[in-house]
Amino acid sequence: MLAAAGIGLGHYLTVGAILFTLGVFGIFLNRKNIIIILMSVELILLAVNINFVAFSAELNDLAGQVFALLILTVAAAEAAIGLAILVIFYRNRGTIAVEDVNSLKG
Amino acid sequence: MTLALLFFYLFSIIAVASAFMVIASRNPVHSVLFLILTFVNAAGLFMLAGAEFLALILIVVYVGAVAVLFLFVTMMLDVDFASLRTGMLQYAPIGVVIGGILLLELLLVGGSYMMAPTVTGTSVVPIDHTIDNTRALGQVLYTRYVFLFQGAAAVLLVAMIGAIVLTLQHKPNVKRQDVDHQTRRKRSEGTELVKVKSGQGL
Repeated sequence: MLAAAGIGLGHYLTVGAILFTLGVFGIFLNRKNIIIILMSVELILLAVNINFVAFSAELNDLAGQVFALLILTVAAAEAAIGLAILVIFYRNRGTIAVEDVNSLKG
Repeated sequence: MTLALLFFYLFSIIAVASAFMVIASRNPVHSVLFLILTFVNAAGLFMLAGAEFLALILIVVYVGAVAVLFLFVTMMLDVDFASLRTGMLQYAPIGVVIGGILLLELLLVGGSYMMAPTVTGTSVVPIDHTIDNTRALGQVLYTRYVFLFQGAAAVLLVAMIGAIVLTLQHKPNVKRQDVDHQTRRKRSEGTELVKVKSGQGL
């Protein structure tokens, strides 16, 4: 399926690897802004999904797409809960800077 | 170069460039908009791989729900985002080092992998190319993977209830209708019979 169009599995894996690395790099680069960190996590999950879909097409196996669908739901749930926690944290503390999240530090 | 390959490079270059802009952009609103662009182009990549249903779901769920949620929260919070960017270059070198090592490792693995001969040709669920992708996915999702499907539904339900419970706030000074309190009310609590003498008033 993929090879017929001249697109190899390696093409997809490369895009996935670059997106994954950009997500990890984004967490380091914006380590004060938790909104961008959440977006970077979404990028990482997207990279994983690209890998699943690429292997699904390469191996002619639908199970990879089912798994990608489940990752999609988990990512949506994670974004919703993360942003809800962010909103109540902002409401209580008036800031979203990551270094101010230190209430548990004795 | 076939047309499909051309579109693959178009989608992947735009996706990678906008993913870089997500993490490098000054304004978080721009970051969210670039995130939407990344998702749309990733949907194009999914479409090229034959996963049409996932491509459209990616647009509906990510662009329609998650990205709008991010946009909503970014705009609702009154935060000085410029102050959150201070010290960004301080963390960039370690990020570049770790990201570079990670990318190198991933590309080394991706460039030198070998499919085990037992893997190819032994699909768990072979794709039936005579029916469309949505139908094929539905046929396997509601039968073979029905428990995983229910589990995903439970995850979404818990996330929805959790988000509501977390962000719901009770303000003590807001008057709300309390049906139970209204029906428990006695006549003696609400009315009072007063003998008024004529010509004097209360």
